[in-house]
Amino acid sequence: MKVQIPTPLRSYTGKESVVEAGGATVGEMLAEIDRRYPGFHFRIIDEQGSIREHIKIFINEKPAHNLSSPVQPADTIHIICALSGGV
Amino acid sequence: MSVLKSQSNSIPKPSTGPVAVLIGTRKGAFILRGDKTRRMWKLSMPIFLGHIVHHMVSDPRDGRTLLIAARTGHLGPTVFRSTDFGKSWKEVERPPAFPKVPEGQKGLVLDHVFWLTPGHASQPGVWYAGSSPQGLFRSEDGGRTWEGVSGFNDHPMRTAWTGGLGDGTPDGPKLHSINVDPRDPNHIYIGMSSGGVFESVDGGKGWEPLNKGCAADFLPTPDPEYGHDPHRILLHPLMPDRLYQQNHCGIYRMERSEGQWIRIGRNMPKKVGDIGFPIVLHPRDPDMVWVFPMDGTEVWPRTSPEGKPACYVTRNAGKTWKRLDKGFPKRAWFTVKRQAMANDAHEPVGLYLGTTSGEIWVSRNGGSSWSCPASHLPEIYSVEVAELPK
Repeated sequence: MKVQIPTPLRSYTGKESVVEAGGATVGEMLAEIDRRYPGFHFRIIDEQGSIREHIKIFINEKPAHNLSSPVQPADTIHIICALSGGV
Repeated sequence: MSVLKSQSNSIPKPSTGPVAVLIGTRKGAFILRGDKTRRMWKLSMPIFLGHIVHHMVSDPRDGRTLLIAARTGHLGPTVFRSTDFGKSWKEVERPPAFPKVPEGQKGLVLDHVFWLTPGHASQPGVWYAGSSPQGLFRSEDGGRTWEGVSGFNDHPMRTAWTGGLGDGTPDGPKLHSINVDPRDPNHIYIGMSSGGVFESVDGGKGWEPLNKGCAADFLPTPDPEYGHDPHRILLHPLMPDRLYQQNHCGIYRMERSEGQWIRIGRNMPKKVGDIGFPIVLHPRDPDMVWVFPMDGTEVWPRTSPEGKPACYVTRNAGKTWKRLDKGFPKRAWFTVKRQAMANDAHEPVGLYLGTTSGEIWVSRNGGSSWSCPASHLPEIYSVEVAELPK
Protein backbone atom coordinates (compact mmCIF):
# COMPACT_ATOMS: atom_id res chain seq x y z
CA MET A 1 0.00 0.00 0.00
CA LYS A 2 1.06 3.59 -0.44
CA VAL A 3 1.61 5.63 2.70
CA GLN A 4 1.57 9.42 2.46
CA ILE A 5 4.18 10.91 4.80
CA PRO A 6 3.68 14.41 6.26
CA THR A 7 6.57 16.85 6.17
CA PRO A 8 7.50 16.54 9.89
CA LEU A 9 8.24 12.84 9.34
CA ARG A 10 10.17 13.09 6.09
CA SER A 11 13.47 13.43 7.94
CA TYR A 12 12.98 9.71 8.61
CA THR A 13 12.07 8.70 5.05
CA GLY A 14 14.91 10.46 3.29
CA LYS A 15 12.55 13.25 2.20
CA GLU A 16 10.20 10.77 0.49
CA SER A 17 6.58 11.93 0.62
CA VAL A 18 5.19 8.49 -0.22
CA VAL A 19 6.54 5.12 0.88
CA GLU A 20 5.37 1.59 0.11
CA ALA A 21 4.60 -0.68 3.05
CA GLY A 22 2.91 -3.99 3.76
CA GLY A 23 0.98 -5.44 6.69
CA ALA A 24 -2.56 -6.50 7.52
CA THR A 25 -3.21 -3.74 10.08
CA VAL A 26 -2.18 -0.15 10.68
CA GLY A 27 0.09 -1.42 13.46
CA GLU A 28 1.84 -3.93 11.22
CA MET A 29 2.21 -1.33 8.47
CA LEU A 30 3.79 1.18 10.89
CA ALA A 31 6.05 -1.50 12.37
CA GLU A 32 7.36 -2.26 8.89
CA ILE A 33 8.02 1.41 8.22
CA ASP A 34 9.82 1.69 11.56
CA ARG A 35 12.11 -1.21 10.67
CA ARG A 36 13.18 0.71 7.58
CA TYR A 37 13.16 4.11 9.24
CA PRO A 38 14.01 3.62 12.94
CA GLY A 39 12.40 6.06 15.31
CA PHE A 40 9.45 6.80 13.01
CA HIS A 41 6.93 4.76 15.03
CA PHE A 42 7.46 6.36 18.45
CA ARG A 43 7.03 9.86 17.10
CA ILE A 44 3.42 9.10 16.13
CA ILE A 45 2.41 6.18 18.37
CA ASP A 46 2.90 6.34 22.12
CA GLU A 47 4.34 3.57 24.29
CA GLN A 48 0.85 2.30 25.15
CA GLY A 49 0.03 1.78 21.49
CA SER A 50 -2.23 4.79 20.98
CA ILE A 51 -2.04 7.17 18.06
CA ARG A 52 -0.63 10.41 19.44
CA GLU A 53 -3.09 13.21 20.15
CA HIS A 54 -2.19 15.43 17.22
CA ILE A 55 -1.65 12.69 14.65
CA LYS A 56 -4.46 11.32 12.49
CA ILE A 57 -4.27 8.25 10.26
CA PHE A 58 -6.69 7.76 7.38
CA ILE A 59 -7.22 4.55 5.42
CA ASN A 60 -8.23 5.89 2.04
CA GLU A 61 -10.54 8.61 3.30
CA LYS A 62 -11.72 7.02 6.53
CA PRO A 63 -10.07 7.69 9.89
CA ALA A 64 -8.35 4.82 11.67
CA HIS A 65 -8.65 5.12 15.42
CA ASN A 66 -6.24 2.42 16.53
CA LEU A 67 -3.46 0.17 15.40
CA SER A 68 -5.70 -2.86 14.88
CA SER A 69 -7.58 -1.25 11.99
CA PRO A 70 -7.23 -3.57 8.97
CA VAL A 71 -5.56 -2.39 5.79
CA GLN A 72 -5.45 -3.82 2.25
CA PRO A 73 -2.62 -3.76 -0.30
CA ALA A 74 -4.56 -1.40 -2.55
CA ASP A 75 -5.28 1.10 0.21
CA THR A 76 -3.76 4.55 0.40
CA ILE A 77 -2.80 5.58 3.91
CA HIS A 78 -2.54 9.21 4.94
CA ILE A 79 -0.62 10.11 8.08
CA ILE A 80 -1.76 13.61 8.97
CA CYS A 81 -0.40 16.13 11.44
CA ALA A 82 -3.65 17.59 12.72
CA LEU A 83 -4.27 21.33 12.56
CA SER A 84 -3.67 21.83 16.24
CA GLY A 85 -0.83 24.26 16.58
CA GLY A 86 -0.68 28.02 16.53
CA VAL A 87 2.19 28.78 18.87
CA MET B 1 34.53 28.88 53.25
CA SER B 2 35.79 27.18 56.38
CA VAL B 3 33.24 24.42 55.97
CA LEU B 4 34.92 23.41 52.75
CA LYS B 5 37.99 22.13 54.57
CA SER B 6 36.04 19.45 56.33
CA GLN B 7 34.43 17.96 53.27
CA SER B 8 35.71 16.54 50.06
CA ASN B 9 37.54 17.83 47.11
CA SER B 10 40.19 20.44 46.55
CA ILE B 11 39.12 23.65 44.91
CA PRO B 12 39.48 23.41 41.12
CA LYS B 13 41.35 26.07 39.21
CA PRO B 14 39.18 28.56 37.32
CA SER B 15 38.60 27.91 33.63
CA THR B 16 40.31 30.23 31.21
CA GLY B 17 39.15 29.03 27.79
CA PRO B 18 36.23 29.89 25.54
CA VAL B 19 32.70 28.95 26.51
CA ALA B 20 29.61 27.73 24.73
CA VAL B 21 26.14 28.67 25.92
CA LEU B 22 23.71 25.89 25.03
CA ILE B 23 20.25 27.36 24.52
CA GLY B 24 17.03 25.35 24.34
CA THR B 25 14.00 27.20 23.00
CA ARG B 26 10.38 26.65 22.10
CA LYS B 27 11.47 26.57 18.45
CA GLY B 28 14.83 24.81 18.42
CA ALA B 29 18.29 24.96 19.94
CA PHE B 30 21.15 27.43 19.50
CA ILE B 31 24.79 27.53 20.54
CA LEU B 32 26.23 30.90 21.53
CA ARG B 33 30.02 30.69 21.44
CA GLY B 34 32.13 33.13 23.40
CA ASP B 35 35.88 33.68 23.19
CA LYS B 36 38.04 33.26 26.28
CA THR B 37 37.51 36.89 27.28
CA ARG B 38 33.74 36.31 27.06
CA ARG B 39 33.41 39.61 25.19
CA MET B 40 33.00 38.30 21.64
CA TRP B 41 29.97 36.16 20.89
CA LYS B 42 28.78 34.27 17.86
CA LEU B 43 25.34 32.70 17.64
CA SER B 44 24.79 29.52 15.65
CA MET B 45 21.97 28.93 13.25
CA PRO B 46 19.05 27.05 14.81
CA ILE B 47 19.46 23.35 15.51
CA PHE B 48 16.29 21.31 14.95
CA LEU B 49 14.36 24.45 14.09
CA GLY B 50 10.73 24.09 15.09
CA HIS B 51 11.36 21.42 17.71
CA ILE B 52 10.48 22.17 21.30
CA VAL B 53 13.86 21.83 23.00
CA HIS B 54 13.54 21.57 26.75
CA HIS B 55 17.19 20.93 27.46
CA MET B 56 20.53 20.76 25.63
CA VAL B 57 23.36 19.48 27.80
CA SER B 58 27.04 18.73 27.22
CA ASP B 59 29.00 15.88 28.73
CA PRO B 60 31.90 17.34 30.72
CA ARG B 61 33.47 13.86 30.87
CA ASP B 62 34.35 13.85 27.18
CA GLY B 63 33.84 17.48 26.14
CA ARG B 64 32.20 16.58 22.84
CA THR B 65 28.89 14.78 23.46
CA LEU B 66 25.71 16.84 23.48
CA LEU B 67 22.20 15.57 24.10
CA ILE B 68 19.01 17.40 23.21
CA ALA B 69 15.60 16.62 24.72
CA ALA B 70 13.06 17.44 22.01
CA ARG B 71 9.58 16.97 20.68
CA THR B 72 7.37 18.89 18.30
CA GLY B 73 3.79 20.00 18.61
CA HIS B 74 2.71 16.92 16.67
CA LEU B 75 5.47 14.38 17.11
CA GLY B 76 6.27 12.53 20.29
CA PRO B 77 9.32 13.00 22.49
CA THR B 78 12.81 11.94 21.59
CA VAL B 79 16.48 12.65 22.26
CA PHE B 80 19.06 13.73 19.72
CA ARG B 81 22.76 13.10 20.20
CA SER B 82 25.92 14.69 18.86
CA THR B 83 29.43 13.38 19.44
CA ASP B 84 31.19 16.30 17.72
CA PHE B 85 29.80 19.14 19.84
CA GLY B 86 26.90 19.92 17.54
CA LYS B 87 28.42 19.57 14.09
CA SER B 88 26.25 16.53 13.38
CA TRP B 89 23.29 14.94 15.13
CA LYS B 90 21.52 11.59 15.22
CA GLU B 91 18.33 10.56 16.93
CA VAL B 92 19.04 8.07 19.72
CA GLU B 93 18.12 4.43 19.14
CA ARG B 94 15.72 4.06 22.04
CA PRO B 95 14.55 7.29 23.69
CA PRO B 96 13.01 7.32 27.16
CA ALA B 97 9.53 5.77 27.32
CA PHE B 98 7.39 4.24 30.02
CA PRO B 99 6.74 0.48 29.81
CA LYS B 100 3.72 -0.77 27.89
CA VAL B 101 1.08 -2.09 30.25
CA PRO B 102 -1.25 -5.06 29.62
CA GLU B 103 -4.43 -4.47 27.65
CA GLY B 104 -7.14 -2.89 29.77
CA GLN B 105 -4.76 -1.11 32.12
CA LYS B 106 -3.87 2.56 31.87
CA GLY B 107 -0.17 3.08 31.43
CA LEU B 108 1.90 6.22 31.60
CA VAL B 109 2.63 8.07 28.37
CA LEU B 110 5.75 10.20 28.12
CA ASP B 111 4.85 13.70 26.99
CA HIS B 112 8.36 15.11 26.93
CA VAL B 113 11.84 14.66 28.27
CA PHE B 114 12.36 17.72 30.40
CA TRP B 115 15.76 17.25 31.98
CA LEU B 116 19.11 15.70 31.11
CA THR B 117 22.04 15.16 33.48
CA PRO B 118 25.36 13.43 32.84
CA GLY B 119 26.09 10.70 35.38
CA HIS B 120 28.95 10.37 37.82
CA ALA B 121 32.51 11.01 36.66
CA SER B 122 33.38 7.38 37.41
CA GLN B 123 30.59 6.14 35.13
CA PRO B 124 31.30 7.45 31.62
CA GLY B 125 28.32 6.86 29.39
CA VAL B 126 25.78 7.08 32.19
CA TRP B 127 23.15 9.78 31.79
CA TYR B 128 19.89 10.48 33.61
CA ALA B 129 16.72 12.00 32.19
CA GLY B 130 13.69 13.43 33.93
CA SER B 131 10.36 13.59 32.18
CA SER B 132 6.82 14.86 32.12
CA PRO B 133 4.85 13.20 33.58
CA GLN B 134 7.35 12.52 36.32
CA GLY B 135 9.66 9.68 35.42
CA LEU B 136 13.34 8.95 35.86
CA PHE B 137 15.33 7.29 33.09
CA ARG B 138 18.93 6.12 32.80
CA SER B 139 21.25 5.46 29.90
CA GLU B 140 24.47 3.49 30.22
CA ASP B 141 25.67 3.99 26.65
CA GLY B 142 26.06 7.72 26.33
CA GLY B 143 22.39 8.35 25.66
CA ARG B 144 21.86 5.91 22.76
CA THR B 145 19.36 3.77 24.67
CA TRP B 146 17.34 4.49 27.79
CA GLU B 147 15.62 2.43 30.46
CA GLY B 148 13.25 3.57 33.17
CA VAL B 149 14.61 3.63 36.70
CA SER B 150 12.15 1.13 38.08
CA GLY B 151 12.93 1.95 41.69
CA PHE B 152 11.30 5.31 41.11
CA ASN B 153 8.92 4.84 38.17
CA ASP B 154 7.35 1.72 39.68
CA HIS B 155 7.59 2.80 43.30
CA PRO B 156 4.30 2.05 45.10
CA MET B 157 4.26 5.64 46.37
CA ARG B 158 4.99 7.26 43.00
CA THR B 159 1.38 8.21 42.31
CA ALA B 160 0.94 9.66 45.78
CA TRP B 161 4.23 11.53 45.59
CA THR B 162 3.57 13.03 42.17
CA GLY B 163 -0.14 13.77 42.43
CA GLY B 164 -2.28 13.69 39.31
CA LEU B 165 -1.40 14.73 35.78
CA GLY B 166 -2.97 18.13 36.42
CA ASP B 167 -0.96 18.59 39.60
CA GLY B 168 2.05 20.35 38.21
CA THR B 169 3.22 23.08 35.89
CA PRO B 170 0.91 24.25 33.09
CA ASP B 171 2.65 22.18 30.41
CA GLY B 172 2.75 19.09 32.56
CA PRO B 173 4.23 17.91 35.84
CA LYS B 174 7.98 17.43 35.69
CA LEU B 175 10.90 15.55 37.17
CA HIS B 176 13.97 17.77 37.14
CA SER B 177 17.11 18.79 39.05
CA ILE B 178 18.81 15.38 38.98
CA ASN B 179 21.91 15.74 41.16
CA VAL B 180 24.47 12.96 41.52
CA ASP B 181 26.74 13.17 44.55
CA PRO B 182 30.32 13.57 43.25
CA ARG B 183 31.52 11.29 46.10
CA ASP B 184 29.08 8.45 45.40
CA PRO B 185 27.32 7.55 42.12
CA ASN B 186 24.57 5.79 44.05
CA HIS B 187 23.59 8.93 45.97
CA ILE B 188 21.10 10.87 43.87
CA TYR B 189 18.70 13.73 44.51
CA ILE B 190 15.76 14.63 42.26
CA GLY B 191 13.11 17.32 42.27
CA MET B 192 9.54 17.12 41.12
CA SER B 193 6.96 19.76 40.34
CA SER B 194 4.91 18.68 41.93
CA GLY B 195 6.19 16.18 44.43
CA GLY B 196 9.15 17.74 46.18
CA VAL B 197 12.75 16.71 46.75
CA PHE B 198 13.61 13.02 46.92
CA GLU B 199 16.81 11.17 47.71
CA SER B 200 18.19 7.75 46.84
CA VAL B 201 21.28 6.28 48.45
CA ASP B 202 21.29 3.01 46.50
CA GLY B 203 21.51 4.05 42.89
CA GLY B 204 17.80 4.67 42.43
CA LYS B 205 16.37 1.46 43.90
CA GLY B 206 14.83 3.21 46.89
CA TRP B 207 13.66 6.78 47.40
CA GLU B 208 12.68 8.93 50.36
CA PRO B 209 11.14 12.40 50.48
CA LEU B 210 13.44 15.16 51.71
CA ASN B 211 11.17 18.12 52.30
CA LYS B 212 11.26 18.79 56.03
CA GLY B 213 11.21 22.51 56.74
CA CYS B 214 10.13 23.45 53.24
CA ALA B 215 6.84 25.29 52.88
CA ALA B 216 4.06 24.09 50.62
CA ASP B 217 1.56 26.81 51.42
CA PHE B 218 -0.56 25.98 48.37
CA LEU B 219 -1.53 22.71 50.08
CA PRO B 220 -4.07 22.39 52.90
CA THR B 221 -1.70 20.26 54.99
CA PRO B 222 0.55 22.42 57.20
CA ASP B 223 3.78 20.42 56.96
CA PRO B 224 3.38 17.70 54.35
CA GLU B 225 5.98 15.02 53.78
CA TYR B 226 5.72 15.47 50.00
CA GLY B 227 3.73 17.40 47.41
CA HIS B 228 6.09 20.40 47.38
CA ASP B 229 7.11 22.38 44.34
CA PRO B 230 10.87 22.75 44.06
CA HIS B 231 11.75 24.78 40.99
CA ARG B 232 15.47 24.03 40.96
CA ILE B 233 17.71 22.08 43.32
CA LEU B 234 21.50 22.05 43.35
CA LEU B 235 24.10 20.41 45.53
CA HIS B 236 27.46 22.08 45.73
CA PRO B 237 30.11 19.96 44.03
CA LEU B 238 32.77 20.87 46.59
CA MET B 239 30.47 20.47 49.54
CA PRO B 240 27.97 17.84 48.45
CA ASP B 241 26.17 17.73 51.78
CA ARG B 242 24.97 21.26 51.17
CA LEU B 243 21.87 21.65 49.01
CA TYR B 244 20.17 24.77 47.78
CA GLN B 245 16.76 25.07 46.22
CA GLN B 246 14.66 27.76 44.65
CA ASN B 247 11.18 26.62 45.49
CA HIS B 248 7.68 27.81 44.62
CA CYS B 249 7.61 28.86 48.29
CA GLY B 250 10.99 30.50 48.72
CA ILE B 251 14.75 30.01 48.68
CA TYR B 252 16.19 27.28 50.90
CA ARG B 253 19.46 25.73 52.04
CA MET B 254 19.93 22.35 53.64
CA GLU B 255 22.93 20.90 55.42
CA ARG B 256 22.21 17.25 54.77
CA SER B 257 23.28 16.12 58.24
CA GLU B 258 20.57 18.38 59.66
CA GLY B 259 17.94 17.09 57.21
CA GLN B 260 15.99 20.33 57.37
CA TRP B 261 15.47 23.06 54.79
CA ILE B 262 16.18 26.56 56.10
CA ARG B 263 14.40 29.41 54.32
CA ILE B 264 17.32 31.69 53.49
CA GLY B 265 15.01 33.67 51.22
CA ARG B 266 13.51 35.31 54.29
CA ASN B 267 16.57 37.54 54.20
CA MET B 268 15.68 38.88 50.76
CA PRO B 269 14.16 42.38 50.55
CA LYS B 270 10.49 42.11 51.44
CA LYS B 271 9.27 44.02 48.39
CA VAL B 272 11.15 41.65 46.10
CA GLY B 273 10.38 38.43 47.90
CA ASP B 274 12.07 35.08 47.41
CA ILE B 275 10.01 33.51 44.64
CA GLY B 276 11.71 32.56 41.41
CA PHE B 277 12.65 29.69 39.16
CA PRO B 278 16.44 29.36 38.78
CA ILE B 279 19.28 29.21 41.27
CA VAL B 280 23.00 29.17 40.46
CA LEU B 281 25.99 28.25 42.64
CA HIS B 282 29.54 29.55 42.58
CA PRO B 283 31.67 26.60 41.45
CA ARG B 284 34.39 27.30 44.05
CA ASP B 285 32.54 28.94 46.92
CA PRO B 286 29.66 27.00 48.52
CA ASP B 287 28.48 30.15 50.30
CA MET B 288 27.90 32.12 47.10
CA VAL B 289 24.56 31.77 45.34
CA TRP B 290 22.63 33.73 42.73
CA VAL B 291 18.87 33.84 42.15
CA PHE B 292 16.65 35.75 39.76
CA PRO B 293 13.47 36.69 41.60
CA MET B 294 10.07 36.85 39.98
CA ASP B 295 6.73 38.28 41.01
CA GLY B 296 4.88 35.57 42.90
CA THR B 297 2.09 37.76 44.21
CA GLU B 298 -1.66 37.55 43.58
CA VAL B 299 -2.05 35.79 40.21
CA TRP B 300 1.66 35.00 39.89
CA PRO B 301 2.79 37.07 36.91
CA ARG B 302 6.20 35.33 37.12
CA THR B 303 7.86 38.47 35.78
CA SER B 304 10.54 40.64 37.36
CA PRO B 305 9.14 42.22 40.54
CA GLU B 306 7.83 45.73 39.75
CA GLY B 307 9.14 45.28 36.20
CA LYS B 308 12.73 45.84 37.37
CA PRO B 309 14.91 42.88 36.40
CA ALA B 310 17.63 42.02 38.90
CA CYS B 311 19.77 39.16 40.00
CA TYR B 312 20.46 38.74 43.72
CA VAL B 313 23.60 37.25 45.22
CA THR B 314 24.50 36.00 48.65
CA ARG B 315 28.12 35.55 49.70
CA ASN B 316 27.32 34.03 53.10
CA ALA B 317 25.03 31.12 52.31
CA GLY B 318 21.89 33.20 52.48
CA LYS B 319 22.35 35.46 55.51
CA THR B 320 22.36 38.58 53.35
CA TRP B 321 21.58 39.31 49.72
CA LYS B 322 22.76 42.00 47.34
CA ARG B 323 20.92 43.32 44.31
CA LEU B 324 22.76 43.12 40.95
CA ASP B 325 20.96 44.97 38.17
CA LYS B 326 23.56 47.05 36.33
CA GLY B 327 23.02 46.71 32.61
CA PHE B 328 19.50 45.34 32.76
CA PRO B 329 16.71 47.55 31.39
CA LYS B 330 15.21 49.89 33.98
CA ARG B 331 11.80 48.57 33.05
CA ALA B 332 11.27 45.07 31.66
CA TRP B 333 9.10 42.08 32.42
CA PHE B 334 11.51 39.18 32.23
CA THR B 335 10.56 35.61 32.95
CA VAL B 336 13.51 33.25 33.42
CA LYS B 337 12.58 29.59 33.61
CA ARG B 338 14.04 27.14 36.09
CA GLN B 339 16.63 25.70 33.72
CA ALA B 340 17.41 29.00 31.97
CA MET B 341 20.21 30.33 34.18
CA ALA B 342 23.72 28.92 34.45
CA ASN B 343 27.31 29.77 35.28
CA ASP B 344 30.76 29.14 33.89
CA ALA B 345 33.87 28.28 35.90
CA HIS B 346 35.96 31.36 35.07
CA GLU B 347 37.24 33.91 37.56
CA PRO B 348 35.26 36.02 38.01
CA VAL B 349 32.40 33.65 37.40
CA GLY B 350 30.29 34.25 34.32
CA LEU B 351 26.52 34.13 34.63
CA TYR B 352 24.10 33.47 31.80
CA LEU B 353 20.34 33.71 31.69
CA GLY B 354 17.71 33.38 29.01
CA THR B 355 14.32 35.05 29.02
CA THR B 356 11.04 33.83 27.66
CA SER B 357 11.17 36.89 25.40
CA GLY B 358 14.22 35.41 23.67
CA GLU B 359 17.14 37.34 25.10
CA ILE B 360 20.40 35.97 26.45
CA TRP B 361 21.95 38.09 29.19
CA VAL B 362 25.56 37.58 30.21
CA SER B 363 27.65 38.81 33.12
CA ARG B 364 31.42 38.34 33.02
CA ASN B 365 31.84 39.44 36.61
CA GLY B 366 29.58 37.45 38.86
CA GLY B 367 26.54 39.54 38.15
CA SER B 368 28.03 42.98 38.78
CA SER B 369 27.07 44.05 35.28
CA TRP B 370 25.06 42.50 32.48
CA SER B 371 24.92 42.71 28.69
CA CYS B 372 22.74 41.11 26.04
CA PRO B 373 24.76 39.42 23.30
CA ALA B 374 21.80 37.61 21.71
CA SER B 375 18.20 38.66 21.29
CA HIS B 376 15.14 37.98 19.14
CA LEU B 377 15.39 34.26 19.82
CA PRO B 378 12.32 32.13 20.38
CA GLU B 379 11.06 31.63 23.93
CA ILE B 380 14.04 30.36 25.90
CA TYR B 381 13.48 27.20 27.94
CA SER B 382 16.99 26.32 29.05
CA VAL B 383 20.53 27.63 29.27
CA GLU B 384 23.59 25.52 30.02
CA VAL B 385 27.26 26.40 29.76
CA ALA B 386 30.08 24.24 28.46
CA GLU B 387 33.74 25.06 28.91
CA LEU B 388 35.62 24.62 25.63
CA PRO B 389 39.27 23.68 25.11
CA LYS B 390 41.67 26.60 24.74
